[in-house]
Amino acid sequence: MSFFSNRSVQVAPYLFLAPFASVFLVFMVYPLFQSVILAMEQTFGPEHTQFVGFANLRYVFGDPFFYTALRNTFIFAAASVLLQMPLSLALAMLLNQPWLKGRWLLRLIFFSPALVGAVFVGVMFSIIFERRTGLLNVVLHRLFGFSLDFPWLQEYAMPAMIIASLWMWTGFNMLYFLAALQNVDKELMEAAHMDGAGPWDRFLNVTLPAIRPIGGFVVLLSLIGAFQVFELPFLLFDGPGVDNRGLTIVMYLYQSGFQLGDLGYASTIGWILAIILIALSWLQRRLSRNESYS
Amino acid sequence: MIDRPSNLIQLLVYAVLAFFTVITLVPLVWLLVGAFKTNEDFFGYLFFPLKEGGLAIDWARLTLENFRGLFFSLNFGNYIANSFFLASVTSVLATLFAAMGGYALAKFQFAGRQLMLGVVLFAIIIPAPLLLAPVFQLIYQLNLLNTYTGLILPAMAPAFGIFLFRQAMLNSVPTELLEAARIDGCGEGRIFLTIVLPIVRPMVGAFLLITFLGTWNNFIMPQVLLQSEEMFPLSVAIAQLRGTYSTDYGMISAGTVISIAPVMCLFLLLQREFISGLTSGAVKG
Repeated sequence: MSFFSNRSVQVAPYLFLAPFASVFLVFMVYPLFQSVILAMEQTFGPEHTQFVGFANLRYVFGDPFFYTALRNTFIFAAASVLLQMPLSLALAMLLNQPWLKGRWLLRLIFFSPALVGAVFVGVMFSIIFERRTGLLNVVLHRLFGFSLDFPWLQEYAMPAMIIASLWMWTGFNMLYFLAALQNVDKELMEAAHMDGAGPWDRFLNVTLPAIRPIGGFVVLLSLIGAFQVFELPFLLFDGPGVDNRGLTIVMYLYQSGFQLGDLGYASTIGWILAIILIALSWLQRRLSRNESYS
Repeated sequence: MIDRPSNLIQLLVYAVLAFFTVITLVPLVWLLVGAFKTNEDFFGYLFFPLKEGGLAIDWARLTLENFRGLFFSLNFGNYIANSFFLASVTSVLATLFAAMGGYALAKFQFAGRQLMLGVVLFAIIIPAPLLLAPVFQLIYQLNLLNTYTGLILPAMAPAFGIFLFRQAMLNSVPTELLEAARIDGCGEGRIFLTIVLPIVRPMVGAFLLITFLGTWNNFIMPQVLLQSEEMFPLSVAIAQLRGTYSTDYGMISAGTVISIAPVMCLFLLLQREFISGLTSGAVKG
């Protein structure tokens, strides 16, 4: 009896991990190898492939559409994260005031846009940014007399994407900062206050160091997410937009692989994206390590 | 104790928070009202259509026509059912398999444990778009294009979930309790189902919700893998609607409201567990 149950204790963890292991092998490891092979092929749908070696890689670096996608994605990621982080942190600090009433409800409200999928946010903002009838232009017109015909979706694709992403993600990141603010040492804060440190000094020297670990993690996650942006512009502009102003890396990958049918070129773009993301993670680790030594 | 700030500052804080509340909620309210408006009233009124000259809302001008169109001519009832089916099956399987994997990594000593931990972390960092083309090719070769199986299989054991469950179980599940159950002759499967899962119930609830939401909102996989229209979930259907009816604002609003409302309601019912589950990984990890 005890021999048998010992056996089952030894076998059990492998059985528990079996579903993950099989999914991992079939739908991650095998496709990962396959994507290396695909990156050296040109395909016309999944049936017809032709080996082209490094031609895809050579082509992508001279591809003007890829550069447009790369530039748009970098601008979007940098701008949305730079605007989002201070805003999320500020909201979290306001919500963290001990005397505040209704914190629970406010937290719920600010978080709620993150529940709406990027597809639905895209559709929703496509009518919000509409010229004569859209919420934004009508409100700006009535309050400040701005033009009702302001062409958000046509001329100002990037600001439109950034505004929509701010609406979507600011409250979500606020939650992480709110959790991070619980790490702030209350006694240290009071001591700083007694010593006459002003609010700005207390923020820089007490609050910021305490939230830095989670803060770095939030910045990295937001950047990784922003670099993979696809549904939001795809739905906002019903495609890449006028003059490809809303074309992003993943949208170009999607167009290449599934609208033109070249899975090989799509994989090449996928690998460049992966390398960018790996470089970002490495950079973030380097930066946070340096900080903890200094 | 740091002094309570002056009334003026408190008022200012409330004002700023009120401003952000308005910015957050007004787009949703506008969308909801728009779903009941005719296209002409979209041009005439920002929110509700008003009675002539007065400030009273002209309720009679609101219409169910947009919803009627979606359900009777565009098959939206079917898309809702598809989304519910996909999200339910995927979230139940993903939660079960993630909890199993997390349990193995948290509470067992076995050869290859360290390796599997590394594998889980590796799987988390692989960017999904990289796998889009090869997974499409694989699903095609497996003859699973245009099936729900092809959508569910790759998503049913998420590495992220295994990591979350491992973190949750490391300290909250007492090893002595497991030993005692084993001595009593309780099988490993039963220990997992009747002892371990109930202990991490909040995490189970949170992860069910996370994966339900994730599947409901997922666009790119069903867009790429499904071909026949009657199998589309709402995310894909709404993209088609936006493409073909781009100037029918009432219809688009109604379609978006239908797509958002169910998950919003679900979240409001379970929001406490959701938020605690979502942030627990960040704080402990």
